Amino acid sequence: MSSSGGAVTLTPASSGRAPSTASARSARAGKLTARTIALGYLALLLLTPVAMIFYRTFEHGLAPVWDSITAPNAQSAFWLSIEVVAIAVPLNTVFGIGIALLLERGRFWGKGLLGLVIDLPFAISPVVVGLSLVLVYGKTGWFGDWLTEQGFQIIFSVPGIVLATAVVSLPFVARETIPVLRELGTDAEQAAETLGASGWQTFWRITLPGIRWGVVYGVVLTTARALGEFGAVSIVSGRIEGQTQTLPLYVQDRFENFDSTGAYTAAVVLALLALATLLAMNLLTRRTRRRTAV
Amino acid sequence: MASPLPSSASALALPRRRAFALGERGAGALGKGMLGIYLSVLVLLPVAALLEKAGTRGTSGFWRAISSPEAGAAIKLTLIATAIVVAVNAVFGTLIAWVLVRDEFPGKAIVNALIDLPFALPTIVAGVVLLALYGKGSPIGINVAFTRVAVGLALLFVTLPFVVRSVQPVLLELDYSMEEAASSLGASSGTVLRRIVLPSLAPAIISGVALSFARAVGEFGSLVLITGNLPFKTEVGSVYIFGQIENDNLPAAAAVSVLLLAVALVVLAALSLFSRRLSRHVQ
Repeated sequence: MSSSGGAVTLTPASSGRAPSTASARSARAGKLTARTIALGYLALLLLTPVAMIFYRTFEHGLAPVWDSITAPNAQSAFWLSIEVVAIAVPLNTVFGIGIALLLERGRFWGKGLLGLVIDLPFAISPVVVGLSLVLVYGKTGWFGDWLTEQGFQIIFSVPGIVLATAVVSLPFVARETIPVLRELGTDAEQAAETLGASGWQTFWRITLPGIRWGVVYGVVLTTARALGEFGAVSIVSGRIEGQTQTLPLYVQDRFENFDSTGAYTAAVVLALLALATLLAMNLLTRRTRRRTAV
Repeated sequence: MASPLPSSASALALPRRRAFALGERGAGALGKGMLGIYLSVLVLLPVAALLEKAGTRGTSGFWRAISSPEAGAAIKLTLIATAIVVAVNAVFGTLIAWVLVRDEFPGKAIVNALIDLPFALPTIVAGVVLLALYGKGSPIGINVAFTRVAVGLALLFVTLPFVVRSVQPVLLELDYSMEEAASSLGASSGTVLRRIVLPSLAPAIISGVALSFARAVGEFGSLVLITGNLPFKTEVGSVYIFGQIENDNLPAAAAVSVLLLAVALVVLAALSLFSRRLSRHVQ
């Protein structure tokens, strides 16, 4: 490992002066070794396994795949996932922008603490997120009696799934927006203000257009995470088939019921959505890079 | 929504707009209030409830919960597997970043884009994906399902991007001239790597390692299917917590949760301190 990495560092140096053929050859060999090890590792860990589920899904033809997709529980799981994303992602987008503005532009006591709270979902296990939500909103939780009196059921029902999803995908929009906001600076905003624009006008016409690609990038990450969340949702949803079973929970259910085609098909649907996310991320970074290059 | 304008800017506002500005400050306060409620509902109250539940049986109860044989085995496995996984990530993550920045080969852009796949892929799908190749009926004849190797494999899969993505930008910024100077002064390639490249990358490697650590300690979804969750054998901390919740033993679940969370936070803080000291040293 270290010898291959070491040999590769020679290349830039040897290109500077007239290289002896022997050292150039050893540099090239080193570079090739490094490439082989890195790509081999990626192939074994990432690429082949992902390619494999596509093969496994379609190995018996299209008919069983179609049956799996149209199964009622698969359909309801898919639409529940979409519904949860449609609620949690806009919430986290609006509040994420608010948090980013507060952390980057605001000056108040406890700002460091706010930054810590935002990042907390990254440090907490999804299972622990689920558990702590149950401890507050579950039947025996802090607000359990009060919620029952009001006729609300949060845990083991859709609101709980939305809550859990919102928690685990909370940091993305804020974290992606903050650096863009910092780079944008306050000059244009101050100019708008001096020219008589109201705070809202400044926000809609100056700040938001300036940060929009950061926000969009954050939204893409939020959506991917929200769609795929498993651990937290597994605990708060109760996993009731056809009712509180999201698509990732459905994958587990099918797998444990030895319906491998069903599991693979649902997994492939989620994997395709993940690949679409990657594509979106790449297009967005390319756009940002072009903008900063100009 | 909070007012996007800094307080210094509102001080510049013309006097006739003062009434308007006051209204905006009200709106800003309203926005801050709503944000406070949102964060309380999602994070603050749940974490407080977790701490309270972990403490319901007192210090001795907390200790009993985390030192029961099954909990102890699960915590030990989590920490050992995580330590191995972050070490592998530090080496292979740096190597992959190196190849992606300094090497040229056909298909590099695609490989580069696919590095993020474990972030985009739902964790349960990660488990299924690994089982498809390394599970029962493996086409290459390797079946690691329900073993401790599977724990490491799943953790390596989900934490793959962290070190690569934190090292890559630093490597891009690093200019060749120092390395060139060193090797034209007669430094061997090993010396250049040890004395110039690695010290510059160390803070980035450490921050990638810290993120991998936090992720691996709490990982759940990718492990559920492939490890079989066998107590004393392949059961990690998060799976143990899940089991305790299912058994309605919430205080024990909360105690182990608090312990794992504390470990993650302490390691994150320690590594960030270490990385800051290192980068100061390099400068």
